[in-house]
Amino acid sequence: MTSVDGRDDILLMSGITKSFPGVTALRDVTFSVRRGEIHAICGENGAGKSTLMKVLSGVHPHGSYSGEVVFDGEVCGFAGIRDSEALGIVIIHQELALVPQLSIAENLFLGNEIANRGMIDWNRTNHEATKHMRRVGLDENPTAAAGELGVGKQQLVEIAKALSKEVKLLILDEPTAALNDDDSAHLLDLLRGLRDEGITCVVISHKLGEVTAIADTITILRDGETIETLDAADVSEDRIIAGMVGRDLEHRFPPREPAIGEEVLRIEDWTVHSVTNPGRVVVDHATLSLRRGEIVGLAGLMGAGRTELAMSVFGRSYGTDISGRVLKDGREIDVRTVRSAIRNGIAYVSEDRKRYGLNMVTDVKRNVSAAGLGLLAKRNWVNEYEEFRVAERYRTALRIKTPDVTAGAQTLSGGNQQKVVLAKWMFTDPDVLILDEPTRGVDVGAKYEIYTIVHQLAEQGKAVLVISSELPELLGLCDRIYTLSAGRITGEVPRADATQEQLMEYMTREVRR
Amino acid sequence: MSLDVRSPAAESVAAPPRRFRLNLRQSGIYVAFALIVVLFTALTDGALLQPGNISNIVVQNSYVLILAIGMMLVIISGHIDLSVGSVVAVTGGICAVLTVQMGLPWWLAVLATLAAGVLIGAAQGYWVAYFGIPAFIVTLGGMLVFRALTLTVLGNQGIGPFPDEIRTLANGFTGGYLGNVGLGPLGGADIVSLLVGVLVVVGFAMSQLRTRRARQGYDQTVDPMPLFIGKIVFAAVVVLFFVVQLARFRNLPWVLVLLAVLVLGYSLMASRSVFGRHIYAVGGNLQAATLSGVRVKQVTFWVFVNMGLLSALAGVVFAGRLNQAGPTAGNSFELDAIAAAFIGGAAVQGGVGKVVGAITGGLIMGVINNGMSLIGAPSERVMLVKGLVLLAAVAYDVWTKRRAGAVR
Repeated sequence: MTSVDGRDDILLMSGITKSFPGVTALRDVTFSVRRGEIHAICGENGAGKSTLMKVLSGVHPHGSYSGEVVFDGEVCGFAGIRDSEALGIVIIHQELALVPQLSIAENLFLGNEIANRGMIDWNRTNHEATKHMRRVGLDENPTAAAGELGVGKQQLVEIAKALSKEVKLLILDEPTAALNDDDSAHLLDLLRGLRDEGITCVVISHKLGEVTAIADTITILRDGETIETLDAADVSEDRIIAGMVGRDLEHRFPPREPAIGEEVLRIEDWTVHSVTNPGRVVVDHATLSLRRGEIVGLAGLMGAGRTELAMSVFGRSYGTDISGRVLKDGREIDVRTVRSAIRNGIAYVSEDRKRYGLNMVTDVKRNVSAAGLGLLAKRNWVNEYEEFRVAERYRTALRIKTPDVTAGAQTLSGGNQQKVVLAKWMFTDPDVLILDEPTRGVDVGAKYEIYTIVHQLAEQGKAVLVISSELPELLGLCDRIYTLSAGRITGEVPRADATQEQLMEYMTREVRR
Repeated sequence: MSLDVRSPAAESVAAPPRRFRLNLRQSGIYVAFALIVVLFTALTDGALLQPGNISNIVVQNSYVLILAIGMMLVIISGHIDLSVGSVVAVTGGICAVLTVQMGLPWWLAVLATLAAGVLIGAAQGYWVAYFGIPAFIVTLGGMLVFRALTLTVLGNQGIGPFPDEIRTLANGFTGGYLGNVGLGPLGGADIVSLLVGVLVVVGFAMSQLRTRRARQGYDQTVDPMPLFIGKIVFAAVVVLFFVVQLARFRNLPWVLVLLAVLVLGYSLMASRSVFGRHIYAVGGNLQAATLSGVRVKQVTFWVFVNMGLLSALAGVVFAGRLNQAGPTAGNSFELDAIAAAFIGGAAVQGGVGKVVGAITGGLIMGVINNGMSLIGAPSERVMLVKGLVLLAAVAYDVWTKRRAGAVR
């Protein structure tokens, strides 16, 4: 379709309005994509990005929204995801949808099996699979189980699966959220390659560096409305952020005057072995020190052992054959169980809040009290009123956006869920907080608020250890940064001297075994 | 923004505005129960609510209700127990052997039987909690093992009769200690029963009032006064009607007193005690609970120990009611208890449910049983209806959950 101004639009969504009971998720949204471009959608959590893509892919069927979807020159009314896939629209969700027990080839053709009279033709299946895998640069045996691949390779399987469906418009929702830098770079290259082959891509991403690097056009959504569509050639990250938050965010990090005191926690000679493969060393004689009022970063590529280090210190929640000492205020403490770690003033906020952080079937207040229930109880009976009041106080103090604390945890957005987990640990009044990817899946505005919370925790004299995959975040937040490579501490850099390049060099430093 | 929220000096929170709304997902079960009672009252020309029949419904279903309390906790913790029917049988058998064959005093025999239930629960809880075998498998094995033990203990025959005290617990009524009082056209009624009813109503009103005061003291919103009073009056009318009917018949069944104590105790335990909260936490998200310092294995273990204890109690009550411990006792009780829990609002994935819900679920099935037999429906039709009610209850739960989830 060639529109009036000479644009060749593969997709034109206009006047899209979608309401849920009590919420208007999309209000008169217009969204158009040119054929053969990479088009990024940016917006805070809850801005309506995912809803818009669900309308496009038929997850929200025709009739449940108002407005018009024109794809490839035809007005579409998808009843379900099969209809949109038949036209070549494929969406790859943030949570990958592979069946881990099935082989790569089986996953590729799941629901779309190559068969003869109902019987699967395995030779052709594996042959075709290899072809598609080669296109995405995935060098694996097609009969290998998908669950044995790393996240980055699983992502490639998803894309190969889309290619096998003769995709024209590929939608990727946060494709690099779980990937390390190498895998991310590979994925972005792959998308550029697909664009050159004529496949149009829509990418939803929070990582603005990637957006500016890869996108041709950027559409910004805010509060369910289209704010603007920008040509990516001359757009800075700050410009995008300004559009997303509707205010000029001059500083992404709040200002801070560090007041650093005595050493409070020292991890000495800490060695951890893998659970699945006990012969493998995951953390190798690591020594770290945290001081009161200090924010310390822990940088490392995926697989470097950051989370493993943190979780093994936190009550041996990960690992076998753990050795080393943990000292608090100079005295060795017992961290063999989660309870003893908590009792000794350690808190761990997991990188995966849905799996490890929250009880989704209960309300906000019971999540807030989950780790510090003992503080609310007399002789094992919980004071529910006090619990309510505590939860309300954190709701106000951390600005958790929910009408009241009896709302279910699952009704909150990612950033607010993260604040609930923070509240849970703040209530245990720890001296040391380990925050593992505290802003993952959190929008820009809430990130700023979480940084503010981290600052105030440090101000109260607590030591904070921040694990993050985003180097700018560590540089903006931390007083000192450790780098971890293959389980070893390879560097320790004060904030003043740290640069991304230098950290990256330490993070990729080869370790002699 | 102040983070110093732990100090009592922190500013008080403005009460969030809250409109009165009927939470259908939570109250749907009680509405359904009321509708079913009304339906069968109409179909049986009021026979359902006659004094003798109300008493019957309670006594006939008591053991399933006792099991349902324990089963609810098991399901909240994310597990299941298929062995309770067999445990009812074996504990009934143990009780019979101890009293009838060995001539132990009734109270010692009951205590020993309860101890046996605890041991059975501990054995199964060990495999589930510490060894990590799915409860479905462990208790499926238990179902066979304890049925086999029943046959062994009983030597393949029924043993009875039981001492009077045990029969009274299961089947008997409180004595008319203060005699009767005339209620005009309603006839005579037992004074003790009526006093208990009045005490329950007063106690309920007092505790509601205390809760209300406490909530206000903590700056929480409360129902407006007329609604608050309306709720109490409604509850009082229901309780008094129930008690007056029982008082006109043969006073209070002992097993009702037992049930009332269990429901009150377990409800408080589930919602207010640290252990109860941990059951919900374990079932809601096992890993998050582990990382919050909950001793998840211990919690699971004790949930099964408790199930064993309540199974043994149900075993004593059931055997006492039949006045005989038989090899087929407790057949398919596990299914009734599981159905009661799910009809009563338990979630299949765990983490959700209330003790009162399980009782309501059990009573719904009891009323359907009783009402349909009053109108002379054959047992296959009763079974059919119960199956469909179970399906409908869970379908309703899934549907409301999906609707709630669709908002995001």
